[in-house]
Amino acid sequence: MTHNRLELRHVSKRFGELDVLGDISLTVRPGEFVSILGPSGAGKSTIFKLLTSSLQLDGGEIAFDGAPLRGQRPFAFMPQHDALMPWRRIIDNATLGLEVQGMSRSEARARVQPLFAEFGLDGFEQHYPAQLSGGMRQRAALLRTISQQSSMLLLDEPFGALDALTRAGMQRWLQSMWEHHNWTALLITHDVREAVFLSDRIYVLTARPARVLTEITVPLPRPRRDLASPAASAIEAKLLQTLLNPDQRT
Amino acid sequence: MSKSHPRAFASAFGHIGPALLSVGSLILAWELYAQFSGISPTTLPAPSRVLAQALQHRAALFENTLPTISATLLGFSCSLIAAFVFSVLIDFFKPLRRALFPVFIISQTLPLVAIAPLIVLWFGFGLTPKIMLVALVTFFPMLVALVQGYAATDDDIEALLASMGASRVRIFLLARLPSSLPYFFAGLRISITYAVVGAIFAEYAGAAKGLGIYILNAKNNFRPDLVLAAVLVSATLTLVLFGTTILIQRLAMPWERLGEKARP
Repeated sequence: MTHNRLELRHVSKRFGELDVLGDISLTVRPGEFVSILGPSGAGKSTIFKLLTSSLQLDGGEIAFDGAPLRGQRPFAFMPQHDALMPWRRIIDNATLGLEVQGMSRSEARARVQPLFAEFGLDGFEQHYPAQLSGGMRQRAALLRTISQQSSMLLLDEPFGALDALTRAGMQRWLQSMWEHHNWTALLITHDVREAVFLSDRIYVLTARPARVLTEITVPLPRPRRDLASPAASAIEAKLLQTLLNPDQRT
Repeated sequence: MSKSHPRAFASAFGHIGPALLSVGSLILAWELYAQFSGISPTTLPAPSRVLAQALQHRAALFENTLPTISATLLGFSCSLIAAFVFSVLIDFFKPLRRALFPVFIISQTLPLVAIAPLIVLWFGFGLTPKIMLVALVTFFPMLVALVQGYAATDDDIEALLASMGASRVRIFLLARLPSSLPYFFAGLRISITYAVVGAIFAEYAGAAKGLGIYILNAKNNFRPDLVLAAVLVSATLTLVLFGTTILIQRLAMPWERLGEKARP
């Protein structure tokens, strides 16, 4: 039996009359990059809310490393917008998670400082978020996520707010970071190309109430360099076909 | 001499030039009217006369300004502390808002002309009634500013902190309190002008010393020039306090003015 880092079994959730999640089952193994792809408003973010907050499930169960999820959450969460605190310098935004965990500010700074170069933020430690470009802010947000040293990353459309060119650059950068680190991640996106480029496996969701329409494996070898290689494009086309015609499963 | 000096001067003038021009032309028109229309100085004194009399009576004016300053600052400090305490209570116990806001709103509907003499009647001619009146007129705007400021916190930041396992108190300190700063300072700028007016009004209703009682006495002695001299002092005082709040805001929120600067 393979060991799963995260496992959702027949999870469902409704808000009053609104049936958001119908039946979601998915798994993420350690070191795996898994994406959830689905139409806008399908309830993708609700899955993350269930994972990161004390919101109750209406059905099903969530297990982390084999044990039911409760109490302190083992995830580092990166929201859609960078959510950097405008009143904190970049270094203090990056150490936020460690500070909340109870680490002293100076110790947290010492721990996070060496990561700045790798994130292309060297020399910007003392800047405020308003002084950074969109791509840099997103890297700072990711740095804040990584530095929490959690066992798993939850990325909610991390590049959705960026322009196309910056986004492509960030996707390549994240992809190369991925190859150097042993991260486990679950990514929410509605960008098919992004999902194919970054993921080991992709879950495609239906519109609300969300169910898992299909699960595909991305057999592209790493390191991946080309966002639109012929092999990637073929998978992309298949995914788009599935998303646009959800009734004709392939 | 460096080249940047004339440019810096020009930019500073660009900032305050329009204000100087509008205020200057008003005063000039007033001066001309008072000089050449034949109106009696006991009805409308010229600005030059007001200024001359202000200088001549500067000792008395100064003596009467000090109590007004202490009433303003003490009253405003009490109001700030109370507004902060109540804003935190309301933020943590939402039903309190429904219970307390009607009371505070009613307190804002009380006409100062009615309440000022009553407070003086109940608490005497000392500093206490002035502090209370200043606090009364500034408390509610400050409370509303703080409560609104907390509510303006970015939902994403709160969700992020919650995902990190931060407690409600921690989220308040790390996110809600700093988020309220722009609202707090906006409220501060408005209230500080109310505060001076409130202090003068309280003194007008009864005091041993203060700009309010000075104005009342000057009026009773048919000295509109001294009334206006006291007004000049109170306007200057208000402007100085207003400028101080802007200065404090710049020091307290250094990140606020960075947005417009060039990004890398």
